[in-house]
Amino acid sequence: MPRRLPRLLSLLAVSAAALGSCSLAEPAVLRLATTTSTADSGLLDAILPGFEETHNARVDVVAVGTGQALELGQNGDADVILVHARSREDAFVADEYGLARYDVMYNDFIVVGPPDDPAGIQGVASAAEAFTAIAEAQAPFASRGDDSGTHTKEQVIWQLAAIEPDPDQGWYFSLGQGMGETLQFAGERGAYALADRGTYLFQRDNLPGLVTLFGGDSIAENPDPVLHNSYGVIPVNPALHEGIQADLARQFVEWLTSLETQEKIGTYGVEVFGQPLFYPDSEAYRQAHP
Amino acid sequence: MEWPANGSALWEIVGLTIRVTGTALLAGSILGIPLGSLLAFTRFPGRRFIVALVYTGMGLPPVVVGLVAYLLLSRSGPLGSLGWLFTPPAMMIAQTIIALPLVIGLTMTGLEAVDPQLRLQIRALGADRSQEILTLLFEARAGVVAAIVAGFGGIISEVGAAMLVGGNIEGQTRVLSTAIVLETRMGEFEFALVLGGLLLSMAFVVNVVLMRLQHRPPYWPGR
Repeated sequence: MPRRLPRLLSLLAVSAAALGSCSLAEPAVLRLATTTSTADSGLLDAILPGFEETHNARVDVVAVGTGQALELGQNGDADVILVHARSREDAFVADEYGLARYDVMYNDFIVVGPPDDPAGIQGVASAAEAFTAIAEAQAPFASRGDDSGTHTKEQVIWQLAAIEPDPDQGWYFSLGQGMGETLQFAGERGAYALADRGTYLFQRDNLPGLVTLFGGDSIAENPDPVLHNSYGVIPVNPALHEGIQADLARQFVEWLTSLETQEKIGTYGVEVFGQPLFYPDSEAYRQAHP
Repeated sequence: MEWPANGSALWEIVGLTIRVTGTALLAGSILGIPLGSLLAFTRFPGRRFIVALVYTGMGLPPVVVGLVAYLLLSRSGPLGSLGWLFTPPAMMIAQTIIALPLVIGLTMTGLEAVDPQLRLQIRALGADRSQEILTLLFEARAGVVAAIVAGFGGIISEVGAAMLVGGNIEGQTRVLSTAIVLETRMGEFEFALVLGGLLLSMAFVVNVVLMRLQHRPPYWPGR
């Protein structure tokens, strides 16, 4: 028997045990399943510490696509979800996976593409017209293709345009990836893409090959209400699975929609990007700012 | 844009990577080396079928392992009451499953490469069964270490399972490989590259340590 091997194994065992015992007795943990747009934009990092301090809780953020976030809620693997696909959120509540849906905030979608705009979408009146022009020119279009909220919105716009994009024609790329990867693909390949403005603004410095071609420079200039991007928060129904942190989830919803948190959401990003990445939209906020 | 992770967050990620991968490798070796020895030293009906399964398992896509582990550990799954989903134990389990076939398969081939004459010789010298196996394992140490190295390589860099059952939660389940995916997704290519370099350096150090085990002068047990 080699002398070294058991010694190494016991060393590994001891270090694993020592590292394992590091985890402390922790405060209550709330699991939030949300979209990559809220997490990757840095918004949650900016506001969540406020909740964690006042409620002696830790929020574990699982950032996935809206489809996966809803699935996690449905399976009882998240206590609360924060997503952006209104029709699917309503279905989630109607199917009693969630208790209720509350407005939280909104921003908008834009169509980005190469500066030379080969399909000539600059100046058209609606997102559907822009998509029609892209399809007619068979200009490259990068789709999330991942069942996310942005992908859901993109499908709505194709329906409005009465076009069913066909990946076999070679101009429509269904990537099955996140917003960041999709924007990078569009930038490299000179393709158009539907993006949420927050993520685009956050990554714009890394995307020299893209400009905003439809949707204007801020939400106030966006001509098409279809591109409105509303975020809702839904506490998961605790009756379906054991172990859902229902009380903490309710407190989280109250905190997220409270006037104080909403003001913070409304100022996040202003300093760096010259405009907020998300606009507060809870009932409390709307009442205070009619 | 400033770098997204500060120093302490970075060390947390490195620490968790060592903890998760180390535990999974340990578990994979403790289970895999005996199972590999068993497959090498015994002959029984259906053995070839099991060997084929092990070899297939060496190519298991981590994301499939992650998906199965997710369905098992989900609150709507059979092991949901453990509450392990999105915690390090879930990642350790998934990575153990990924490492196991690699360790079993390479341990087995390493042992089978040992000269059969040696086995007879050891027995003739009066070794009992456990002495015989330990001696052969020592003779095949290059193969056994290669098995551990392969298991390590298979899990330190895997993303699919760690992302699915860990959730890439900051400060809780974020390891180097999932952090690299996150930074890439956010367009922070340089930082992602730094993390990649860090991961490679860690792998290099571990492999150097393991290789030292491969080249020890012969040493006979029980002397």
